[in-house]
Amino acid sequence: MNAVAETFLTDEIGPLPFCPGCGHDRLVKALDKALVELQPDPKKVVIVTDIGCIGLADRYFVTHAFHGLHGRSITYACGLKLARPELTVIVLKGDGGCGIGGAHLLNVARRNIGITLIVANNFNYGMTGGQHSVTTPTDGLTTTTPLGNIEGAMDLCATSIAAGAPWAYRGTGFDRDLGERIADAIRQPGFAMLDIWDMCTAYYLPRNQLKKKDLTGMMERLGLQAGLLADKPRPEYGEQYRQIHAQATQAARPRPEISAKYDHAIDRQIGIVVAGSAGQKIRSAAALFAQAGMFANLEATQKDDYPITVMTGHSVTEIILSPERIDYTAIDSPDYFVVVSGEGLQKSRARIEKLDTSATLYAEESLDLPETNARIVRLPLVATAKKINRLSIGVVALGAMLADSGLFPMDAFNESISTLQRKAIGEVNLQALEAGAAMLRQECV
Amino acid sequence: MGLEFLEGNEAIARGAIRANCNFFAGYPITPSSSILQHMLDRLPASGGIAVQAEDEIASIGFCIGAAMAGSKVLTATSGPGISLYSENIGLAIIGETPMVIVNVQRQGPATGSATKGAEGDIQFTRWCTSGGLPVIVLSPATVGEAYELSYHAFNLSERFRVPVFLLTNKEIGLTRESVDLDAIELPALIERTRAAVDEAYRPHYFDEPSAVPAFSDFGGEHIARFTTSTHDKDGFLATNPQVVQEMIDHYAAKVDAAADELALVKRDFQEGADTLIISYGITSRSATVAVREARAKGLKVSALSLQTLYPVPRSALISAIEGVQKIIVPEMNMGQYILEVERLAPASVEVIGVNKMDTTLISPDEILERGGLQ
Repeated sequence: MNAVAETFLTDEIGPLPFCPGCGHDRLVKALDKALVELQPDPKKVVIVTDIGCIGLADRYFVTHAFHGLHGRSITYACGLKLARPELTVIVLKGDGGCGIGGAHLLNVARRNIGITLIVANNFNYGMTGGQHSVTTPTDGLTTTTPLGNIEGAMDLCATSIAAGAPWAYRGTGFDRDLGERIADAIRQPGFAMLDIWDMCTAYYLPRNQLKKKDLTGMMERLGLQAGLLADKPRPEYGEQYRQIHAQATQAARPRPEISAKYDHAIDRQIGIVVAGSAGQKIRSAAALFAQAGMFANLEATQKDDYPITVMTGHSVTEIILSPERIDYTAIDSPDYFVVVSGEGLQKSRARIEKLDTSATLYAEESLDLPETNARIVRLPLVATAKKINRLSIGVVALGAMLADSGLFPMDAFNESISTLQRKAIGEVNLQALEAGAAMLRQECV
Repeated sequence: MGLEFLEGNEAIARGAIRANCNFFAGYPITPSSSILQHMLDRLPASGGIAVQAEDEIASIGFCIGAAMAGSKVLTATSGPGISLYSENIGLAIIGETPMVIVNVQRQGPATGSATKGAEGDIQFTRWCTSGGLPVIVLSPATVGEAYELSYHAFNLSERFRVPVFLLTNKEIGLTRESVDLDAIELPALIERTRAAVDEAYRPHYFDEPSAVPAFSDFGGEHIARFTTSTHDKDGFLATNPQVVQEMIDHYAAKVDAAADELALVKRDFQEGADTLIISYGITSRSATVAVREARAKGLKVSALSLQTLYPVPRSALISAIEGVQKIIVPEMNMGQYILEVERLAPASVEVIGVNKMDTTLISPDEILERGGLQ
């Protein structure tokens, strides 16, 4: 049933559209020859192109045809190949596309995604009027280098190889064995690229009085080699991706459930700000506290503020607790303010100055606090945490705050820590919670 | 899962996976990076692919390729990344590619305040690519809605073969809230209609302009064609002005004709109200509080909050506007969606914008004061 296909080209939409003598014609036929040699199922082959004269080619094949944006063909090809690894994905692009899409060339080579890239390299932009490209040889005449190109030409093969391409070939459209070499490239499991030099008869050839034989001469002048320039197979990305993920240990530990089983003593939305320093585990202490509120049948939100350099500077967290749905998630007038470090204080000074008389400020005792109308509770937070673990200061402080405020039962905080944290850390934090709560109970007596 | 304490970005990832998303590509950018992280943590374990691309252009390029191979794809970024997606968004429109794009907005322009929230990309999202053809834009207000609309966005992208935006905000993306995702009711899952195996495949075939063409995967049962160039129903280059216009009419009609059905809005109307607050996203939560406080003072105020921003829910807006004398539109930008409201409001109605982009939320008090509801 499966007759041998004699060609993968179709004349359904007419003959190939290229200018007389254009190298793209030879290249497309060489690709056809390669496909005839390989005899793939056309439904398992995608020819991806982007903008440029060679971008007209995909639709002349009986395979899938994908024609995308200028310079981006490699990205679509990678998406197709990652999604359906059984596909043979062949990218046809010009030297122009290698310029605008240079990053994708480097990265597909580096990742080694199993697509084949054929560059139809004719040293200029044939589609837009013969402007110079990244591969225009130095001194080359184009419409945008009328006095001769003073830029250096990019060596596409060396660039790809340096980036990690395991297989690279350079030749010309006149090479008799080009079809076979393209077939070799398609056979590679990893990324394979061919830099195929040819003539743009509309622009580059007449301006530079180029002849067929000159292509090899040009290579020599530029110090570039032809032939197979890299052949060092290494594992293909998609295959490796699937392999390592199949081997990876199954899903992380299931998230523990929070059950709203305690009562609370809150009849309105309460805003709590915790201000400390990076590295003090302020955000995780706040999350434990907020979730303790959830154990006590409260709605909760948490918002964190910290510099992008996360290991330094302030760490300020806002928690809202409410018996009802929380709409507005900012805290304009905090009910409780907890300050555990100088950096936290520095960041919060203006807000602390504005606290009103109904607010309570719990502060590390060594801090020099600004004037405020809030009730101030000074506590030896640093010293207390130090006895347990420096990183438990947030839990110490929030334990004290909870003991003092009685917003919800201490048991809820206890349960939040023991349910949500890994055992070793949880035990430290339970000690911290006890120490924090005890400290304030003593203060209050 | 029961009760959880989740940030909006995780809820989006979970909603996508619930909708059978099986391909993600993205590039790190605050405040959307944790969507990339959540997808990397979850997708490969279930046989999907999640990759960090070399840049935003590659992210969306990977996604378009994978979507045309039959995957359900998600990508996520913030405003600056949408700028880089722009050209490929046009490609997804002309190629009728189902895909979901998340924009976790941050304060801009340019790098702006990278870690702070804003709603500065409203009109940008609607008009983010050349050609001006419609896309669908959904905007959640809560972590729960982020989950729900993420799922919903997939349904719409599959159904209409169009990029669907989930337009959120750092203030939802990175804020954790108590939420029970299991308690959220979701509609049935919709998958793109695939072309019959035994029929000749025409990649962009439609009978009525608003009809959505059947899809066939690259690598599937038919030979598929996809092109960034103006094409006919068969996916071949088209230059005949009549054919060109027919295709353009189709891209517009398939979204616009469904505008009423796509309109997800929340109404809180009060009998005899002379003032209406129209809001969306995180700011609609401030509006909710403002309405409550205004009513407590004896003022008559209605509220309309929009989950669908585009196509503009015209009918819902027009009927909400009817009978009011004043409309307040609070936005964390210098006045963007207000343009859609002004277009629909009678000249006699006063339309007041409450705007700021100083990185902080618009408070209920600001809406009341600047909206004249004292």
